[in-house]
Amino acid sequence: MSGVALGWRSQLAVSAVRLANETSRRLGRGSGTVAGGRAGLAVDPGLLGRLAAGRRVALVSGTNGKTTTTSLLARALTPPGPAAPVACNTTGANMPAGHVAALVAAPQARRAVLEVDEGYLARLVAETSPDVVVLLNLSRDQLDRVAEVRMVAAGWRAALAGVGPATAVVANADDPLVTYAAAPAPAVHWVGAGLVWGADAVGCPACGGRIRTGGGGWACDTCDLARPEVEIELAGDGARMADGGNVALTVALPGRFNRANALMAAVAAAASAPVGGVGPPTLGEALARIATVVEVAGRFSVVDRGGVAARLMLAKNPAGWTAILDLLDEEVAAGRADRPLVLAVNARTADGADPSWLWDVPFERLAGRVVVATGDRCRDLAVRLRYAEVDHVTEPSPPVALHRAGGSGAAVDVIANYTAFSDLRGHR
Amino acid sequence: MTRRLTVAVVYPDLLGTYGDGGNGTILAKRAAWRGIDVDLVHAPSAEPLPRADLYCIGGGEDGPQVRAARCLVDDGTLPAAVADGAAVLAVCAGYQLVGRRFPDAGGQAVEGLGLLDAVTVKGTGRRAVGEVVADPGPGSPRTATGELLPTLTGFENHGGRTTVGAGSAVLARVRSGIGNGDGPGGGPATEGAWSGRVLGTYLHGPVLARNPALADLLLGWATGGDVSLDPLDDGEEQALRAERLAAAPRR
Ligand SMILES: [Zn+2]
Repeated sequence: MSGVALGWRSQLAVSAVRLANETSRRLGRGSGTVAGGRAGLAVDPGLLGRLAAGRRVALVSGTNGKTTTTSLLARALTPPGPAAPVACNTTGANMPAGHVAALVAAPQARRAVLEVDEGYLARLVAETSPDVVVLLNLSRDQLDRVAEVRMVAAGWRAALAGVGPATAVVANADDPLVTYAAAPAPAVHWVGAGLVWGADAVGCPACGGRIRTGGGGWACDTCDLARPEVEIELAGDGARMADGGNVALTVALPGRFNRANALMAAVAAAASAPVGGVGPPTLGEALARIATVVEVAGRFSVVDRGGVAARLMLAKNPAGWTAILDLLDEEVAAGRADRPLVLAVNARTADGADPSWLWDVPFERLAGRVVVATGDRCRDLAVRLRYAEVDHVTEPSPPVALHRAGGSGAAVDVIANYTAFSDLRGHR
Repeated sequence: MTRRLTVAVVYPDLLGTYGDGGNGTILAKRAAWRGIDVDLVHAPSAEPLPRADLYCIGGGEDGPQVRAARCLVDDGTLPAAVADGAAVLAVCAGYQLVGRRFPDAGGQAVEGLGLLDAVTVKGTGRRAVGEVVADPGPGSPRTATGELLPTLTGFENHGGRTTVGAGSAVLARVRSGIGNGDGPGGGPATEGAWSGRVLGTYLHGPVLARNPALADLLLGWATGGDVSLDPLDDGEEQALRAERLAAAPRR
């Protein structure tokens, strides 16, 4: 285990993880990663810290983009040639049980890149002594489950106030909540990664005053919280350094928010600590590796469903939906033909039981497009579209909806929330 | 006779956690579709509250709720507008803060606007989260044609328990869910409160999406009844209502 001897209790816990994974796999309950991690933590509550000891750990958190950024960062930190393995919770199991499972699954890996649920970041920082922490953005998520977004920001801030200069914090300077959280850390790399949805950032997280935006920046009108000087920021299709130099961003994943994810991942890779005497990649090397990632967990993959070619896009909250609507506009501006659009919305446990957030999404922007509303909660969506004055058809069954949208052989774009997306990905 | 109607969404920077801005959108569209000239205003907390015919006050977190109440008391526009006949839809945290008192995050009583005779305290039991079905009855508001509203359906998410005093009336009786939580042991009994043209409810977020008759009741209040509201094709709202009423847990 990375040259670090685990005590008997931790060894027992690791065995419990492996056994639970094996059992779960045999019972056909998926890879069983979370079940195994839970079993291990039950035997040894300090297992996560012990598994992380002796490894370099990078943490990625935020409301949106963390799965993608984690994947891109893992690639950026994987040198070419005979691979030095990187431990990574690529299945999206982003709570401690998932982190334990990922570390147990890659005992040789001296580098780990972990996606972290916003509510667990403080615990992961405390237990894994990361060399890099990436903070993407903070906005409202599933409303009936997740603590208030301001409380999350305050928890991040308390955690990051306690890290030393050996922890590089890569923070999105365009998000006031992230800025507030990252500011007390001694080594912050500020990145201008944009903010797709600012409705949760109008009130100052420090003093409750009003955040005013303009001229590419933002500032509180009451206290001194303001956009920090950035070392690099998104500009056009690429990025611009503080010294004015331009950097090309080649990203296979579409949209401005994926360029933002790529930029954050590249800065994080370049800011990471050496592993086994090998230094971190340069920004350019990191970006070159990131350019080779063509798919992350099925996002933007094109699948064939009953003869309809459907591009699957995941959006879990208002910021995520807004980012996808931005992408559709970007593509139309670039000359891509309007495709029929299927919107799939569920409200199962993993989605949050309350789809009120539909009213925070600017669906008005879809006026004039062919839209089919589907999923468990297509009737909530239909009423929302009616008041957005977007013509639509309502069809509860996603396969039938795809057929209705793409029946003429047209390729279809699908935007789905979490469980609707999973169903569509798995459905053959 | 056509007139202008101003609908104001109050402090979306503080109150609007649950898509509550949707109520403003729904009211504005339902007025516009009847040929009424509508101004839909989103009024931030840092500026004086504008005069409007109909105010929508949304839900929010504990801190912003206290701040919003202080701003509204200091500003003074809302109580003055209500005294002049403006209508108010107050949802969740908004409902609590238009009452006489409500609890802050630590459970301390905060002075509300007193537009409804209702007092909210911190509940001792579990947070009320889930589908609500509530039936209007004697004492509930009547539509322009003198009828009761249809059964109300919505989603609640709150920790407070609200007692409605003699100066206001309850909106409905709870069939499923918790509502005001004024039954035995903080359990269900009644839901919401109203008096004059002020109506408060725990059915949070876009409650009007599921209850278009409630939207039209408010529009009737806001226009002073001098505009007739032609029926709209609410087939999609009816389909949503039927689905949600069937989905609510039965007791
Ligand atoms: Zn401030």
